[in-house]
Amino acid sequence: MKEISDLNFSENVKYTKDHEWAKLNKDIVTIGLSDYAQDQLGEIVFVELPEVGDIFTKGDEFGSVESVKAVSEVYLPISGEVVEINGALEDNPELVNEDCYEGGWLIRLKPDNLLELDDLMDKAAYLDMLKG
Amino acid sequence: MNKQPGTRGLIFNEPQLWDKSRKGRCAVSLPRADVKRCQLDASLVGESPELPQLSELDVVRHYTRLSQWNFGVDSGMYPLGSCTMKYNPKTNEVQAARQGFASAHPLAGDEFSQGALKLMYDLEHLLGEITGFPAVTLQPAAGAHGELAGMLIIHAYHAKKGKQRTKIIIPDTAHGTNPASASLCGYESINIKSGEKGILEPATVAAVMDEDTAGIMITNPNTLGLFEENIKEICEIVHAKGGLVYGDGANMNAIMGIVKPGHLGIDVLHLNLHKTFSTPHGGGGPGSGPVGVSKELIPFLPVPRIEKDLTRYRFVTECPDTIGRMHTFYGHFGIMVRAYAYILSMGGKGLHRASQLAVLNANYIKESLKDTLNLPYDRPCMHECVFNDKHQQVFHVTTMDMAKRLLDYGFHPPTVYFPLVVDAAFMVEPTETESKENIDQFIDAVKAIVQEAQETPELLKKAPLLTKVTRLDEVGAARKPCLRG
Amino acid sequence: MRYLPHTKEDIDEMLAKTGLASLDELFKTIPDALKTKAPLNIPEGLSEWDLNEHMESLASTNIACKNYKCFIGAGSYDHYIPSIVPYLISRSEFATAYTPYQPEVSQGTLQGIYEFQTMITELLGMDIATASHYDCGTALAECALIALRKDRNASKIAVSSLVHPHHRQIMETYLHAAGYEMIQIPRTREGLTDLAALGAMEGIAGVAIQSPNFLGNIEDLSAFKAIADTQKILFIASFTESLAYGLLKNPGSCGADLVAGEGQSLGIAKGFGGPGLGLLAGTQKMMRNLPGRLIGKTKDANGDDGYVLTLATREQHIRREKASSNICSNNGLNAMTAAIYLATVGKIGIREIAQQNHDKAVYLKTALEMVGFESVFDSPFFNEFVLKAPKGFARKRADLISNQCIFAGMDLEPYYPELKDHYLFCATETVSKKDMDQLAKEVQ
Repeated sequence: MKEISDLNFSENVKYTKDHEWAKLNKDIVTIGLSDYAQDQLGEIVFVELPEVGDIFTKGDEFGSVESVKAVSEVYLPISGEVVEINGALEDNPELVNEDCYEGGWLIRLKPDNLLELDDLMDKAAYLDMLKG
Repeated sequence: MNKQPGTRGLIFNEPQLWDKSRKGRCAVSLPRADVKRCQLDASLVGESPELPQLSELDVVRHYTRLSQWNFGVDSGMYPLGSCTMKYNPKTNEVQAARQGFASAHPLAGDEFSQGALKLMYDLEHLLGEITGFPAVTLQPAAGAHGELAGMLIIHAYHAKKGKQRTKIIIPDTAHGTNPASASLCGYESINIKSGEKGILEPATVAAVMDEDTAGIMITNPNTLGLFEENIKEICEIVHAKGGLVYGDGANMNAIMGIVKPGHLGIDVLHLNLHKTFSTPHGGGGPGSGPVGVSKELIPFLPVPRIEKDLTRYRFVTECPDTIGRMHTFYGHFGIMVRAYAYILSMGGKGLHRASQLAVLNANYIKESLKDTLNLPYDRPCMHECVFNDKHQQVFHVTTMDMAKRLLDYGFHPPTVYFPLVVDAAFMVEPTETESKENIDQFIDAVKAIVQEAQETPELLKKAPLLTKVTRLDEVGAARKPCLRG
Repeated sequence: MRYLPHTKEDIDEMLAKTGLASLDELFKTIPDALKTKAPLNIPEGLSEWDLNEHMESLASTNIACKNYKCFIGAGSYDHYIPSIVPYLISRSEFATAYTPYQPEVSQGTLQGIYEFQTMITELLGMDIATASHYDCGTALAECALIALRKDRNASKIAVSSLVHPHHRQIMETYLHAAGYEMIQIPRTREGLTDLAALGAMEGIAGVAIQSPNFLGNIEDLSAFKAIADTQKILFIASFTESLAYGLLKNPGSCGADLVAGEGQSLGIAKGFGGPGLGLLAGTQKMMRNLPGRLIGKTKDANGDDGYVLTLATREQHIRREKASSNICSNNGLNAMTAAIYLATVGKIGIREIAQQNHDKAVYLKTALEMVGFESVFDSPFFNEFVLKAPKGFARKRADLISNQCIFAGMDLEPYYPELKDHYLFCATETVSKKDMDQLAKEVQ
């Protein structure tokens, strides 16, 4: 596992304490795992995602990410309806390791309440939490 | 240092069965057809399955070569923590293979199966004597199956009392089968932490035990190899709120003739015949997981039960409160025969001695290696001791690296990365059947490896070097599963 | 005791290292009040000679000690076991190894079980077979749980009343505590599961059908699959006689989503009912829902082929309370036995043996009908069938066992009270024409 200083934290996303990130583009929010989360998990072998149309509340478990010897549940930073899932992860789960902020995104959501995004951390706050 | 057991040796490559297959070969002598051939309706008949076509020697050589790629207790010391890899006596195999046992049809009827019934009845009582329970069922097919039987009994007990409960307390040292078995009964696991000494504190249990909690699952000795000294108090706390105490007897090998779990307040306990009672692990099974219960829980035991009327034995299924049937017939009878032969061979004194020596061996290893490897809980242990890689981290050498290097020295590695309460655990259970010389050799090997970790860490990263294959790509195996040829 | 190597000197030296004065002191962390006061009430250990004598005395009070003629099956079958099967499986490198957690020194077990998985998928026409389960009944209960967990809107499972009665009892045990319900599908007068009754059932997550069923009759699995599809539920097929699929159309080609079977017929002794071999297979879609171990093929660091336990995140040691099952130990050595058996009989042998089972069963049925037994069902069967016995058979049957070691069928009344005087017969390749003629003569 890497030192925090060796990890990459995107400026353009917001973070949760469970190490997911969320990014608003027009009215759709994309959700993924932070570099810290993927590094902790190690080589990811399988990503379980919900189905398009599933409706969740903030904090719900919406899937899981597996390495060879561990499973980690992923939780939604905001409430809403799933509008797209990252199908590329089915055959290439390693995208989460290699490109967690772009090609390794997990799901896209139509949010119920954009204000929920304000509860999330920016890069600086997230880094503070990690260094805690 | 004495010469270590691991060395070079010629073994053979061997392809998959179907690569050896040649059309027209057959390794079985087919019975002579002495009645008329009757064709089933063509709509019911399928293609003949594409099984390999081999000669008898092809098959013999295939499996002989495969076997040579394996490490078993008969090959060398196998100090796999929590698994009790003791010697599997050969006479047990002879006993199980007797025609009267091996050829017995399970539905032949009680009258024609008295020998099998008596053996099972007597084994139940022997295990009852060892564990201190008034009744034992032999039906569960493995340890986890025994846990499930035990949890079903607890579930049925609460149902009978008129109020089902929703939770079960599970300490952080528990085997993964504990929470998995509990959740099959719909119980939510309440995980609690062990105290600083590596054992449970009564106050921790008292803090979560309430009248919605069905009970607690305790492994004693626990998976750190420590005796849960507060067991009696914990049982009282759980009982006071109407709960029951489940004992995981996986580690019974430490306490035969010393402590009887049934006398401590434990209500239901499973054993592993393939651990404590010397039956072979078979590369993953079949095992057997008998369950002992307190008097109050006898009505809930799975059916059929065995009863004795004067001199005759019979199966009984009419038990109104039973949890039901757990196995198609009576459990793993062949494993029961082996365990029974073991207990009779050892005798009461021999079993007690076995536990003493198992604990002696573990403490000897603990004392001999505690200056070499980090020992998170430095207390007198039972049958196993748990180290970790804390001192090797500066060289970027992990528990896994040391485990793999042990293979080159000719030892099976200990259990690694379990129990979860110790980071990168290295869990050694020598068992009583290893001699002092074997154990000294193992200690020397670990010391040599720790030295290597410091001097040539890259060597450990590549280990094992002498095995049929080197480290395998488990990530690739999981990303693109290939589960059939 | 010959299993315990310690000399007095060893013990003294080892105790000295621990700083303790006696073996008893090793247990000083156990409060005295918790220790047992009396020694174990178990007699002194037996010598191997005495043990042999004692064990033979027990074994010989089982009728199986004689060469009995077995015309019963009902989940445990009398088949010929080629000599090489017990010979090879008793190699102690297989028998005395643990679960292959260290793959570098477990390639024998791993390749062997991978080949087992492969041959079972071939036999059953399925995509994936697990590394084994305890027996068919427990495997079937696990399949029911898979179906129920996948379907959040249903809490019931439909099970044919012609699934082995003991298997249904196991399912009841497993499902009841988990809060699920099992509903039974009645049978038709032809000894088959009532297709129409299933069609009328609602709120079910899956349907389980055994074929050949407990009465020996071959079910139309494809027809059940069609109904399962209409109802969008999982179709589970089960069987107790694995050799049937040396001849019959396999469950996979009939559309089974999950299969639970008993593999005892594949080279494993009857052994008073256990250990047998639970077979559990599924389609590709079921991969991550399957319980228990799976072996996968991969490469080692040098690029050579090798095998590992894989997809372990489904299992209890990682996923704990959320695991797909609590199973840990399985019936691995019996899976290896079955693999050796399947490699031995091969494509040619399995077909011929299966065909002979059927031929003998047809012969026996006809022979018994000629001496007063009555055919009950007109459905096709594999190696088991039901006959209604003439008056006085029950006593004759008991005498035949006692006097001649012939087991002539199994009384069905305890399982199906309406089938009074009905017996389930079985004929395998181990009975000869002469044996069957003798049986017919004796019961005349």
